[in-house]
Amino acid sequence: MAGHTESVSKAELWDGGGSPFRVSYGKLMMWLFLVSDALTFGGLLVAYGFFRHRYPDWPVGEKVFNSMPGLGDGYPLLYVALMTFILIVSSVTMVLAVEAGHRLDKKGVIKWLAFTVIGGFFFVGSQAWEWYHFIHGGGGVITTMTGEVYHSNTDLHMDAAGHYHIPPDGLELVQNKYGEGEIVVIDPSEYPGIFDNMADYYTGASMLRNEYAATSNTSDQEYVKAAPQFGNAFFFITGFHGFHVFSGVVINIIILLQVVRGKFDDLGHYEMVEKTGLYWHFVDLVWVFVFTFFYLV
Amino acid sequence: MERDDLIVDESYARAAHHDEEHGRKIRKKIVFVTILLTVITVVEVLIGSSIPRDSGSGTWTAIKWLFIGMTLLKAGYIVLSFMHLGDERKSLKYTILVPYIFFICYLILIALTESTYISNLFYGN
Repeated sequence: MAGHTESVSKAELWDGGGSPFRVSYGKLMMWLFLVSDALTFGGLLVAYGFFRHRYPDWPVGEKVFNSMPGLGDGYPLLYVALMTFILIVSSVTMVLAVEAGHRLDKKGVIKWLAFTVIGGFFFVGSQAWEWYHFIHGGGGVITTMTGEVYHSNTDLHMDAAGHYHIPPDGLELVQNKYGEGEIVVIDPSEYPGIFDNMADYYTGASMLRNEYAATSNTSDQEYVKAAPQFGNAFFFITGFHGFHVFSGVVINIIILLQVVRGKFDDLGHYEMVEKTGLYWHFVDLVWVFVFTFFYLV
Repeated sequence: MERDDLIVDESYARAAHHDEEHGRKIRKKIVFVTILLTVITVVEVLIGSSIPRDSGSGTWTAIKWLFIGMTLLKAGYIVLSFMHLGDERKSLKYTILVPYIFFICYLILIALTESTYISNLFYGN
């Protein structure tokens, strides 16, 4: 912490007998691990950036991620912002736990570490909901034998007899049979003809395709099918990050139990809390970048 | 045999201890950084959800760079303040940061320059 680095001459620092960085072996190794992990995330994010420029048909974050649990659509980015806030707050409680550890305040460490674990669970839970919503989607895409593409704002549930329900929100033609994007609201009397002519129907997102519309470079009205790489990048980047959060929560729980059992009272310092704290802050740090590059830009 | 490196490690860990008064100062800084990070996030979300992407290519490019700047600011506060890298010895700080800064230059080259070139090959004018 601030002001703890005492002034030592260079010769003395590098003279052996101790770390020239004046940090413990474990802490230095945690830092080196974080650097290598940051390289992995950097690779994933740059692959994302590459896809995004390579494929012009890329969806807009605030149009895809605009739902709140129990409230429906119309809240662009609010849920992701909430997740970001939860993770930042859990990072703050972690740094408070580290600070309490430096004062050998066992009760403080337990309190703040417990809050951090709760925040981590909230984040992992939010991400699970986000995945569920992304995979299942809200609407659907119909392609026909003659090459038209229709978009429905609600899912067309198939009944046992193999019939699709007519969507209450109606259907829109989004791409005509010449492959040009145009938006035409379809009269319900034409629905049966479209369903008979249907070649394929899909909703939500998978690794192969997704229903999310991409932005056109020319006009906001034009509909473009999104590149499947959009779904792939979402699953890989948020999935890899979510796995990190989950591991972080597990590690935090283990350390919390060790604190409660008094392991660090015997040692005389709480450096283990600081080391797990480094990992936890790193998870928050990665999310800051994922949030910007995946959702905002 | 007793391991002398562990004894040295313990002394590094104990050197990080501080008293209640110093702790209060640190907590004040934590509160400041928290508020800053929250405000930046709120501003980012407001910009991201209110300004449409087709509001002129120049505007959106400017916003993109604004986002990148705000993100790096947030990242800097997290690394230097929350992870205490700013309080470590200079040698450690640069051992961690300098290699990654080199790597970032490479990332930017791939993500912006190379991908745009590939995109122009496929959809070029």
